[in-house]
Amino acid sequence: MQVKIENLSYSYGSKKLKVKAVNDICLEIKEGEFFGVVGHTGSGKSTLIQHLNGLIKVQKDSGKVIVGEYDLTDKKCDFKGLRAKVGMVFQYPEYQLFAETVFEDVKFGLKNFYPNLTEKEMEERIKKAVETVGLDYEKIKEKSPFELSGGQKRRVAIAGVIVSRPEVLVLDEPVAGLDPTGKREFVSLLHALHNDFVKTIIIVSHDMNLIAENCDRVAVLNKGNLVKVGTPKEVFMDKVKVEEWGLELPSTAYLTEKLREKGIEIDSDLTIKGFIDGYIRAKGGEK
Amino acid sequence: MAILSAENLRYSYDKKSVALDGITMSVEEGEYIAVIGHNGSGKSTLAKLFNGILKPESGKIIVDGLEATDKKSLFEIRKKVGVVFQNPDNQLVASIVEDDVAFGPENLGVKRKEIGERIDFALKAVGMEEFRKSSPTRLSGGQKQRIAIAGVLAIKPKILILDESTAMLDPIGRKEILSVIEKLNKEQGVTVIAITHYMEEVISADRVFVLDDGKIALTGTPREIFREKEYIKSIGLELPTASYIASKLVEKGLLEKGEYLTEEELLEGLCK
Repeated sequence: MQVKIENLSYSYGSKKLKVKAVNDICLEIKEGEFFGVVGHTGSGKSTLIQHLNGLIKVQKDSGKVIVGEYDLTDKKCDFKGLRAKVGMVFQYPEYQLFAETVFEDVKFGLKNFYPNLTEKEMEERIKKAVETVGLDYEKIKEKSPFELSGGQKRRVAIAGVIVSRPEVLVLDEPVAGLDPTGKREFVSLLHALHNDFVKTIIIVSHDMNLIAENCDRVAVLNKGNLVKVGTPKEVFMDKVKVEEWGLELPSTAYLTEKLREKGIEIDSDLTIKGFIDGYIRAKGGEK
Repeated sequence: MAILSAENLRYSYDKKSVALDGITMSVEEGEYIAVIGHNGSGKSTLAKLFNGILKPESGKIIVDGLEATDKKSLFEIRKKVGVVFQNPDNQLVASIVEDDVAFGPENLGVKRKEIGERIDFALKAVGMEEFRKSSPTRLSGGQKQRIAIAGVLAIKPKILILDESTAMLDPIGRKEILSVIEKLNKEQGVTVIAITHYMEEVISADRVFVLDDGKIALTGTPREIFREKEYIKSIGLELPTASYIASKLVEKGLLEKGEYLTEEELLEGLCK
């Protein structure tokens, strides 16, 4: 499913006091991309992504959002069908767990979207989802979500979203509050999901290292405007612009920039491995 | 003199597991301390014990000469130890910034006139004077967190504990908070205990305590801590990005062996 946003604007507030949260945004996210959205607090990231599954409805004469076959501006749009296809994981999703057991929690969304599945079919899907997020289904299914560790809770929350087999998975600050290992494991889970469960991943994050390391392309929002779309390399190329947007450079981009000032040109995709390889090339190989 | 000392602290939330298992540590007045450790290592529990939110099962905590486990001194302890948590939205109580900052000192029975002075002082310290009459809901995350810190400063604590206070902020918000904290530490002599997952925030601390499974696994300067590369990794932590890149380049023979904690140090090494 391709995500297509055309001239999207959105304002909060009353008629008298309107605040534009996003302003005339045009953006296409291709099927299969690992896509990042960055911007300072209040730049419009959340408003933008909440449009993708219709949590925020497109306002009158304020542009278009088309996700696969769903035209969200169409009055007859099947929002329930859309929400099964576009999974949304909010910040600290573990706070949204509520059921008595992990099984019931994961089942909730599935039953909501696919009430006609038999119990057996549901159980199969729940098992697959729980195992996909790296948890031991038999051990965990009857546990209370509240007995689990932070990282496990977050996995259960993700299972509750992917159980309805979305094609697009949108995650808001997915690694905030996780320790370094939790973060690393979670990022590899996202790549595993990307490879064989969901087609497109869209993450919103303040962590520029995370974005540079993992995203194919990045969109930058600044004060509600889309100011740049491109590969991490294209986006973080211009230090002055990045500061203007209220962001910071990923470590690799910072080092590349500083080395350039010293006359050492490093060509890399800004991943850590890419940077190291680029440096080795610039120095004419290993020693 | 130690402003805070803990002796053999134990705490568990339930019978099955121990959150803190014999913590002994001491912090000098004016120090900037970082506490690191993986999720569930006991960091936040420690913060809650230090200002009396939780009571240890056994062990002793002395804060500025007062015993924290003594119920009678709890009120005094809370004046001395301020805690700022992760989410500013959970800490702001009033609809006007100045009322929010006044909430703490009002509760402690500070006189009306002095409260005004404390609001001035606290808002100035975090650089938010001009927002005195604003509504916290209209502020950015970094600004809200600065108000939360001001609310704690208005109590004039001697010790400021930050429990992952920058985790939810954007890069600019994080930098704002860190520079405010550094200033408070350097200029006002406030003792800072920063609990964090950001290895970059650890580098500027005077000393680091590494927690693992409710025990202090390692103490030292940031440099000493990150020298223990393998150990740091083995307990679920990681090196600052610059150190990691440096270690790879050393392996490839493109960088002299040495200690590279910050990007600046790495650059210096690379440009030799």
